[in-house]
Amino acid sequence: MRDVAVIGLGMRKWGELWEQSLRTIFTEAAIDALDDAGVDRIDSMYIGCMSGGLFVGQEHLGSMLADYLGQRSLPATRVESACASGGLAVKSAYYEIASGASDVVLAAGVEKMTDVDGNASTYALATASDQEYEAYHGVTFPGLYAMIAHAHMKKYGTTKEQLAQVAVKNHANGSRNPLAQYPYKVDVKTVLESTLIADPLHILDCSPITDGAAAVLLASMDVAKKLAKGRPIVRIAGVGHSTDTIALHARKDLTFLEATQHAARKAYDMAKCGPGELDLVELHDCFTIAEICVIEALGLCERGQGGKAIDQKLTTADGKIPVNVSGGLKSKGHPVGATGVAQILEVAKHLRGEAGERQVKGARRGLTQNMGGTGGSSIVHILEVC
Amino acid sequence: MSTARYWREIPHRYRLEASRCKQCGYIAYPHRLICPECQCREFVPITLKNTGTIETYTVIRVAPSQFVDQVPYAVAIVKLDDGVALTCQVADTDPSKLAIGKRVTLEFRRIQADGEAGVLAYGLKAVLQP
Repeated sequence: MRDVAVIGLGMRKWGELWEQSLRTIFTEAAIDALDDAGVDRIDSMYIGCMSGGLFVGQEHLGSMLADYLGQRSLPATRVESACASGGLAVKSAYYEIASGASDVVLAAGVEKMTDVDGNASTYALATASDQEYEAYHGVTFPGLYAMIAHAHMKKYGTTKEQLAQVAVKNHANGSRNPLAQYPYKVDVKTVLESTLIADPLHILDCSPITDGAAAVLLASMDVAKKLAKGRPIVRIAGVGHSTDTIALHARKDLTFLEATQHAARKAYDMAKCGPGELDLVELHDCFTIAEICVIEALGLCERGQGGKAIDQKLTTADGKIPVNVSGGLKSKGHPVGATGVAQILEVAKHLRGEAGERQVKGARRGLTQNMGGTGGSSIVHILEVC
Repeated sequence: MSTARYWREIPHRYRLEASRCKQCGYIAYPHRLICPECQCREFVPITLKNTGTIETYTVIRVAPSQFVDQVPYAVAIVKLDDGVALTCQVADTDPSKLAIGKRVTLEFRRIQADGEAGVLAYGLKAVLQP
């Protein structure tokens, strides 16, 4: 298989974009990625979107978005793996180039979530759980992660304050990201006094409802070298993708994300590195408890020690392994289909040295982890500077 | 919810009908065609016991459209005494009484109403054992 590079990055401000439609927010990000690379024709395109159908009543996104990008006749594919749809778009584009079938492929993600009200978006998001055996009984996504949190607290002594510290850290990081939906700092007291959504999770333990898109242009190394113009070339060194039961109740251990561990092991093997050799990590903190479970599954700390790792400041921007310096889903926002693509974009920015105020100094290698549902799917990428 | 969909889910939803893998003993709830543990395709029908233990729980305070009129309500993952875990509401319970490890019995209850004049949907909810 051929080496694949990330050559173009496109993302604009995320938030409640009432004046914008799904097609315009996608097209802006896609144009920016093409312009960043200096490319005007592509071979194909993958779009991660969880639910165009339930959020805006629009499916068949491949056709529509290729047309709006001015690329009629382009083979364009919408891919879906709930909140991991964006990561899946990147993986699909990666393999199309690695196989030799294409040279330049766009991987984008988009979600337009605020055209429906809160109850309808709660319903749409709950379709990423088992519709017949979880959602039927009225359990929501915050509810499922709340049940993971209670199980983790009981088994390992994790505390509400440790959960809140994840939000505090990610909002502090996001305050340095001008594209974040909520770029402001919060403190532990504010998190713990915010509205309860599903005990023990408060609203500030949850990622927000967001409109947004992100796009990355991938290319073969030959093309990347021609277009580099002196900039560092970012290579995708490892890819891992795994699945687990869609229903949380069917897992052997409610507190452990097996699909994430499997995906990470595949990516570490492929990149020939381990969790101790990463300069930054962007991971799927859809809820504060998710970040604690994911750092365990990625091997950044021991199993069950995620809460203590937060206390020890292991993952702060100036810690041993900075996690979610972008602000994460928590502060940057979580337009579900776009999230996995934005994680790749963030790590690539740091590897190029273009991350501004929040730049991780001297970053050479970073990992992204994008997760669907309660961990029913997980996609890990490792990026390196060539 | 369509009538056909509701109707075909009745056997396991109302009566806890499940199946046990002939080869490894894995219990499929609901019924499956292939065992996820050993890939065996032969099962024998069984009915699950309606008693179990709370493995974890939460109290839902922001609900999807069909459940808005029920908030706040408790939801738990219950491990039945046969070893099968399922998600269900915990009814008739003061949320402060909920705890991991508490014993429950599943009872037949109304789960949701499908819109203002829609079909009533039934199923099982847990209640704490005295």
